[in-house]
Amino acid sequence: MAAQGSILDRGRIEAEIITMLSGRVPQGVQVTSETQILRGLGLDSVAILDFIMDLEDRFDVSIPLDRVAEVQTISDLSGAIDKLMRDAG
Amino acid sequence: MSLFAKFDPIRAGIESLFGSARNPFDVRFDKVLSPTEALLGGRRVLLLGTNNYLGLTFDPACVEASMRALEEAGTGTTGSRIANGTYSDHALLERRIAEFFGKRSAMIFSTGYQANLGLISTLAGRGDHLLIDADSHASIYDASKLSTAEVIRFRHNDPEDLAHRLRRLKHRPGNRIIVTEGIFSMLGDTAPLREIAAVKREMGASLIVDEAHSLGILGKHGRGLAEAVGVEADVDFVVGTFSKSLGAVGGFAASDLPDFDLLRIVCRPYMFTASLPPAVIGSVMAALRRLSTDQSLTTRAVSNSRRLYTALAQSGFTVGPEPNPIVAVKMPSPASAALFWNRLIDEGVYVNLALPPATPGSMSLIRSSVSSAHTEVQIDRAVSIMSAVGRELGVIAAR
Repeated sequence: MAAQGSILDRGRIEAEIITMLSGRVPQGVQVTSETQILRGLGLDSVAILDFIMDLEDRFDVSIPLDRVAEVQTISDLSGAIDKLMRDAG
Repeated sequence: MSLFAKFDPIRAGIESLFGSARNPFDVRFDKVLSPTEALLGGRRVLLLGTNNYLGLTFDPACVEASMRALEEAGTGTTGSRIANGTYSDHALLERRIAEFFGKRSAMIFSTGYQANLGLISTLAGRGDHLLIDADSHASIYDASKLSTAEVIRFRHNDPEDLAHRLRRLKHRPGNRIIVTEGIFSMLGDTAPLREIAAVKREMGASLIVDEAHSLGILGKHGRGLAEAVGVEADVDFVVGTFSKSLGAVGGFAASDLPDFDLLRIVCRPYMFTASLPPAVIGSVMAALRRLSTDQSLTTRAVSNSRRLYTALAQSGFTVGPEPNPIVAVKMPSPASAALFWNRLIDEGVYVNLALPPATPGSMSLIRSSVSSAHTEVQIDRAVSIMSAVGRELGVIAAR
């Protein structure tokens, strides 16, 4: 677990997201930075929101639902988390 | 590409799950005979999935009040509350709801869905923070979408998690608004409202509690979970519906806050829809009187719920965490849930089928709702049929 308030670079955030997803997506689903979150993970919308909740705890940020709605790919998600962590200082 | 092509995966999912068997979207009752029985496909079925907790849909006093209002005031108001759609009885029902909850004021909406949609989306404005339970009803999620506030989910029934997420907002301006429910609609579990109220007080937030499924069931006077756990004074806004315990349609919000009635001139889902027809207002007022004067309605609903919950658990089903009028049974998969649901109807029991993503934790559920109008014989018959079907499909062990 990263120290609270530390700033991970975006690449590391993305790698962590992909690692955390690996145990959750159906067998055979390959997750990359360009994977579409809604259509490419094989998870339903509530499972995605629950996963995002785990990311919030991992990175100690809150990702408001309107921000989630703007995110399409894993890369977008890591960018959103990176920005929220920087904004939180 | 067709306008509807985006729904192809949903259609394909339903087709693959049900094939040529009946599915919940196609159920048409030929005739509803009573709060507990209907004709479906020409056969009599026991109704065990209608949220008709107090069994008032055919109550003579409610029917008579509704018919009187229909004859005296017509079939509909043909207008919104801010135009021609406020009759003296709309205002009277609002006073009755406020009195029932011991609140200063109440507003009625055309559905319970619109009550949440209107109240939450209007209160939570730009720069505010809306904290909703992860297992919230769709109306709360849709209200969140309509709101311009930042919306944050907290872990289901976890006051610590709520407090943690509120602490993250420490240096951010804006109001904090917490939303939870008395009884949750899928598993029938109650919120840890005493603890959530303590978090609310500590963090200086406002608290909205949706008592849709707990009205008429919890609390000495049937006012819901907040009454049952003694935190009504901490609840800034109580929301509810007329379409469950009160046997009609419509919703309400009530509050002690002096400016609450300002919502009447800014809350679009209240302002820009037709108001409830007089017949509905009439039956709801009668149902409120029945609830206030006949405690046996609540007592029977609660004892029937316990009877069903305990018997299903004893049969080997995995049931929800608490014996409330919503009794959910966990199924191994969506396919087995769909088959189970179909077999129950074949055997004369109608329940609800609840599948992901409408369920918490992607669970597949057979969801029953119990009424005070059910007899013990009916409950026992439902248990017997559910257990037989459960054994037949391998959901529970053979005897």
